[in-house]
Amino acid sequence: MNDPATTGAARAAAIAAYRQAVRRRVLIVAGMGVLCLFAFALDISTGPSALPLADVWAGLFSPDTLSAPQVTIIRDVRLPYALMAILVGAALSLAGAEMQTILNNPLASPFTLGVSSAASFGAALAIVLGLSLPFISADWMVPLNAFVAAFASVLLLEALARSRAAGVEGVVLFGIALVFTFNALVALLQFVASQEALAQLVFWGMGSLGRATWSNLSVLAVVLAVTVPFSLRSAHAMTALRLGEDRARSFGIDIARLRILSLLRISALAATAVAFVGTIGFIGLVGPHIARLMLGEDHRFLLPASMLTGALVMSLASVASKIMVPGALLPVGIVTSMIGVPVFLFLIMRKPERV
Amino acid sequence: MERYGESLSIAGLSTGYRDRRIVQGLTLPAVAPGTVLSLIGPNAAGKTTLLRALAGLLAAEGSVRLGDRDLVGMALESRARLVTYMPQSLPQRVALTVLEAVIGAERASAVDRDEADRLAIVERAMDVIERVGIGHLAMTGLDHLSGGQRQLASLAQALVRTPRVLLLDEPISALDLHYQLKVMKLVHALSRERGMIVIMVLHDLAIAARWSDRVVVLSNGAVAADGPPAEAISAEVLAQVYKVAARVAPGPSGLQIDIEDTLPL
Ligand SMILES: Nc1ncnc2c1ncn2[C@@H]1O[C@H](COP(=O)(O)OP(=O)(O)O)[C@@H](O)[C@H]1O
Ligand SMILES: [Mg+2]
Repeated sequence: MNDPATTGAARAAAIAAYRQAVRRRVLIVAGMGVLCLFAFALDISTGPSALPLADVWAGLFSPDTLSAPQVTIIRDVRLPYALMAILVGAALSLAGAEMQTILNNPLASPFTLGVSSAASFGAALAIVLGLSLPFISADWMVPLNAFVAAFASVLLLEALARSRAAGVEGVVLFGIALVFTFNALVALLQFVASQEALAQLVFWGMGSLGRATWSNLSVLAVVLAVTVPFSLRSAHAMTALRLGEDRARSFGIDIARLRILSLLRISALAATAVAFVGTIGFIGLVGPHIARLMLGEDHRFLLPASMLTGALVMSLASVASKIMVPGALLPVGIVTSMIGVPVFLFLIMRKPERV
Repeated sequence: MERYGESLSIAGLSTGYRDRRIVQGLTLPAVAPGTVLSLIGPNAAGKTTLLRALAGLLAAEGSVRLGDRDLVGMALESRARLVTYMPQSLPQRVALTVLEAVIGAERASAVDRDEADRLAIVERAMDVIERVGIGHLAMTGLDHLSGGQRQLASLAQALVRTPRVLLLDEPISALDLHYQLKVMKLVHALSRERGMIVIMVLHDLAIAARWSDRVVVLSNGAVAADGPPAEAISAEVLAQVYKVAARVAPGPSGLQIDIEDTLPL
């Protein structure tokens, strides 16, 4: 081992392997991006009205060649749905990846820990009470209220995660309690809601892309555009946090600040997604875990890869929701749960490799 | 690489947890640059607490000075350029390789370096990993290491930041004899090369005696003895602090310490 010749060769091999791993990760992230594009194309060319891919592209780029209803289907239904699937998948998965690191809990995600439920309660409250603020349009009011409720729930979770009493399982159990609590509160709101508000509320029970519009798409796009750069900027700090909190702090990272900013991002991402498509289960859990398996936990790669994985899974789930039951459009939340539940169980049952 | 020249002095340091003071008014005469100081003492004496306070991880009162800088009032980020703390353990289930973790330790925040040095970040991480003796494990995941190998990977993460003050919490507790000695020699050599001050918590008195310039015995959060190993480690101190009957005599290499029996608590 102390023979300099072999050491030199081994050293070069290790460094080469590291650089190779970095290149491989860049390629994987790029590849995931390409797959997302394919899934997106597949998504916009799938639907009850038979429109072949070629027609869809024609509808997008030279609408004159198609009939007016066809153009409407493409522009106002297919395209916003497909975009919403991509954006919601990316938002929930990024929120899940950050939550898993910040709470140091592999089971964390907006859905499993009740943040989505809190957000849908906030959104339901805004709708039932008809909350409004001057200068804020309804497109923003519902997500804003969802955000306030989501942020309150993540603050609770974080306080619990930090008090050593709870442990990883304790936080998960508390999250489940949050899910039940907020679902009960939403049910209570449904009970007192007007007929019209009720119709809107029911839709949260099973997340669906059916309400995607250009204006709420743009709200989600703005939220992503604001949060993603900050998220990527804290990638190094999050990687260090995985090495232990004391260690990361002794590297000079202000963990309290990192946590609170991350929780703000998580709330904003989860709340906006929930406000527009309802509660979509498990994307925030499945996306980051697939990304972690492929790339490890260097957050420079893990965060973007989580977003892309989430977007890809969501987009494929959207396609599946259209073709699984011929003639019917399933709520996409049902599909993501069918994928997510087995993954969730697997993560719970998995034994630690080493004690 | 420049050689550091500041001494560390601690005066009237008090720290602890919300409901409990652990260390009360602790004072240590100046620790000279290039010193390896071993902190020994029974379980729950406050060794970890003291190291964490020195690293700025626990609120503290009193003064901790490095040269003419006061560390207590310093922002965590500035302090992290001077002081690095190696905790007792690494978390489980982390999907990073040894090399990634060491690179991550350096990238976590700014370390004082000139530009040329900064470019060689992978090379430098690899140097440190080789020096602690796990070069062959550089691309192995942290989760696939044995307890001792994890401890070496953890040490490498602290060393790569080239601090002026290195605080090591039980760095050799899980190591076999070969690596215990290897780490002690490495720490000793680095402190001499760089003028780095090393404060390390050890349980093995013979190793502490053989490899430190100075030994501080901590008991109930207070200094029970402080000095060169032969002065700090005496039969009286061991009886008082550890409740053991021991014979301590100068030996061929360092001290000859025979622990003969336990004393009633
Ligand atoms: N996070 C904590 N909160 C409250 N008390 C603590 C905490 N960590 C350690 N202590 C207490 O502080 C005392 C000193 O502990 P520690 O510094 O870890 O001892 P040592 O490292 O010497 O074994 C012990 O009595 C321990 O119970
Ligand atoms: Mg300790």
